[in-house]
Amino acid sequence: MAESVAYEWKPVKGFALSGVFWGAVSILIGLFISIQMWKPEWNFAPYLTYGRLRAVHVNGLAFGFAVAEIFALSYYIVQRLTRTRLLFPKLAMVQLYIFNVAIVAAALSLLAGFTQSKEYAELEWPLDIGVVILWVMFAVNVFGTIIKRKEEQMYISLWYLIATVIAVAVLYIVNNLAIPVGLFKSYSIFAGVNDANVEWWYGHNAVGFVFTTPILALFYYYLPKSTGLPIYSHRLSIIAFWSLVFAYLWTGAHHLVYTPLPDWIQTVGIAFTMFMIAPSWGSVVNGYYTMGGNWDKMNTNYLTKFFILGITFYGLQTLQGPTQGLRVVSQLIHYTDWVPGHVHMGTMGWVALTVCAAMYYTIPKVYNTELHSVKLANVHFWLVLIGQLIFSISMWILGVQQGAMWKAISPEDGSLTYTFMESVVKNYPYWQMRTFGGALFTLGMVVFAYNVVMTALKGKPAQTAEGR
Amino acid sequence: MAKNNSIYSKPIVFSVIVTVAILIGTAVMMVLPMFSSSMHPKLEKLKPYTALELAGRDVYQENGCFYCHTQTVRPLKAEVMRYGEYSKAGEFAYDQPFLWGSKRTGPDIARIGGKYTDKWHYKHFNDPRKLFQGSNMPGYGWLADYQLDPGETEARMKALGFPYTKEDIDALSDKTKLDALVAYMQALGTAVPKPPKVPMIAAGDKNPFAENANAVSDGKKIYEMNCAACHGIDAKGDIGPDLTDFEWVYVAGPIGDDTLFFMIADGTKKDQEFEGRKAKGGMPSWGEFFGKKKIWSVVSYIRSLEEKK
Ligand code: HEC
Ligand code: HEC
Ligand code: HEM
Repeated sequence: MAESVAYEWKPVKGFALSGVFWGAVSILIGLFISIQMWKPEWNFAPYLTYGRLRAVHVNGLAFGFAVAEIFALSYYIVQRLTRTRLLFPKLAMVQLYIFNVAIVAAALSLLAGFTQSKEYAELEWPLDIGVVILWVMFAVNVFGTIIKRKEEQMYISLWYLIATVIAVAVLYIVNNLAIPVGLFKSYSIFAGVNDANVEWWYGHNAVGFVFTTPILALFYYYLPKSTGLPIYSHRLSIIAFWSLVFAYLWTGAHHLVYTPLPDWIQTVGIAFTMFMIAPSWGSVVNGYYTMGGNWDKMNTNYLTKFFILGITFYGLQTLQGPTQGLRVVSQLIHYTDWVPGHVHMGTMGWVALTVCAAMYYTIPKVYNTELHSVKLANVHFWLVLIGQLIFSISMWILGVQQGAMWKAISPEDGSLTYTFMESVVKNYPYWQMRTFGGALFTLGMVVFAYNVVMTALKGKPAQTAEGR
Repeated sequence: MAKNNSIYSKPIVFSVIVTVAILIGTAVMMVLPMFSSSMHPKLEKLKPYTALELAGRDVYQENGCFYCHTQTVRPLKAEVMRYGEYSKAGEFAYDQPFLWGSKRTGPDIARIGGKYTDKWHYKHFNDPRKLFQGSNMPGYGWLADYQLDPGETEARMKALGFPYTKEDIDALSDKTKLDALVAYMQALGTAVPKPPKVPMIAAGDKNPFAENANAVSDGKKIYEMNCAACHGIDAKGDIGPDLTDFEWVYVAGPIGDDTLFFMIADGTKKDQEFEGRKAKGGMPSWGEFFGKKKIWSVVSYIRSLEEKK
């Protein structure tokens, strides 16, 4: 690089380490609630009952881990891809402090039972305002830096980031509209069927624009960076991007199949859900072809396998998801443990593998040092991979079993074959299996956290002039 | 490769196009339906929540019951048999937010109102495992330690525009969160009438397995798994009445096989008439679960208890 840019890494470091901390805490809570499922005595009333801790687990990982790392890594790649210093570093640091205070407040409020009780939108209205403020701060820095950029072309990752910033803002604000009654309680301004439709328009796209588009932004940046191979097809990236961004918003109703939601909304939602395979696999194929004839990198470069397995799980997820949307499949697996199996292939497989690999790449760069231990990174990889597979596969089997037992009708006299309790008692071995898989995954993430922190501690003062 | 004057080098133009792209699906699937009446139906019999029920609904929200329970019965055969009439769009007009849920770790409870007695709910919330050994539902007996705050509930009723009287609010002052939760349970699904049951046997039918020893032991197993929780393991009565005495709650004198069968198959509803007496309700129906043979087995088992006396 001829010219040198004084990049601003402090917010990157701050968000990266905050995310690692909140991620570790929330994963441990996940492990704990997985035990509560087969050990109900572990519900310690009132704050540590399952119904409250589950919200802490989900929100902790979505906001405390995923969003924190999205902030961190976006601030990294935006500066790199624009070859421009972050426009408002002080603002980013203020954002970092507010973020951590907000996460503490969010966790405490959910433990206390303050919840809007809409999935992924549990936080009560004062915290919603906090989230919007944080998001605006993020948007200002991302857009500001992009507008001042020194690199004419915006690379693919920036497209996905821009889409993320815009879509999350729209989704979050609309779905959280509520009538406040005091500081800790509000009621949705929408009611009944309409509220359900708004919620799942939001819910599915929260998955889309928090667990998909920003993660694709990371994938498109870090895969070429860590392998040294350019993305296979720019044209494919363009088609995949626009069709994904356009189609995602149509699909939320696949969460409401066979509910009282008007049929036409369900049917249009399901049709677009099928279409989603195309843009998703656009990125998967692009990833695979980028590897071209260089598959040996799976062995020689420790990061490659994270990204390739990550995109593979994304590929599987985006085949399984549309299948689940079909009426014939939904009637069987909806409401069962199959769905957590699906969810965790996405979050533990695709999101966590990709984010962690991006962190392994970024942390040494911003701390101006080497990764503490590649060996530990490999241990991390195998633990989370095996842990996630055990988790998902046991939940898929259980889900099909539950679905089958609930609908089984005796051919003799047309009565239901099983009472609900008869299906509940059959869950236990699978729930215990999940805890076992989850424990391996947790261990892997602890190794990851340790490796990141040790690397940060080895950090050297940054040089102002940036090499690559 | 995109040219340098393409939208990929114009962040503002690019952002505008992205915004339009996401707003099209949003408009068609979410905004437009909002203005159609099919999204805001209301059943004639549907009433807004009372102050006590709303307080109970708040407790339901607070404790994340919806992570384990759904409140929508799908129009599928087995599901309607298991839970009751499928959910109608018009049942949810007062639900802000909706609480349909997305996971059934426990059963759907859209039709729970009137299925059990209050006493059953208290016992169940206190310790679900006392009724169902294998249940993983947390105990909620501790809710009885929390008094309701009438002022708070009044503000919430006002915010939602639900009608209430001063007496309703005053009555809350000696109620606990557990009382409120039970009241909410009993309100769920009551706006939809229960369709009449098709009789499984003809009136006057006799137990075809009366002389069958296997039927008694089969019936005992079924009884212990499904009935003992309410009638006691020795059938001497608890939440439900004693089944070993010759006293029948709604039938004077000896009960016919057919009446006993109907009692078990169809359960009882509050204020249902039996030979001039009114039922209190709280006996669930078992017809959908058991079919004829199992019910006759249970009848045989109950008869065997009577005989022992
Ligand atoms: C961990 C999951 C879980 C949570 C949380 C939970 N339940 Fe349950 N619930 C169950 C299971 C499993 C059953 C079936 C076994 C039983 O009746 O205990 C059940 C049964 C019930 C039943 C009886 C349904 C029927 O038709 O027999 C009611 C009513 C109920 N729960 C209400 C609640 C309420 C109210 C809350 C919140 C305060 C709650 N549950 C929280 C799992 C849960
Ligand atoms: C949820 C608790 C509950 C369960 C479970 C239950 N019952 Fe009942 N049962 C009741 C109640 C309450 C009544 C009284 C109904 C009324 O007053 O309307 C009753 C009434 C009866 C009666 C009529 C008793 C009389 O004296 O007239 C019979 C017979 C009966 N139950 C049999 C059974 C059988 C057999 C099962 C198992 C298949 C069963 N019950 C399961 C609660 C239950
Ligand atoms: C084309 C892509 C995808 C489609 C069409 C899709 C479809 C679906 C469907 C139909 C459900 C509901 C299942 C049910 O309740 O019966 C679901 C649930 C879910 N999916 Fe996916 N999925 C896709 C990709 C992903 C990805 C990439 C992730 C995350 C990383 C993900 C995370 C989730 C989550 C968190 C839920 C649970 C929602 C709930 O709480 O009920 N999905 N998905």
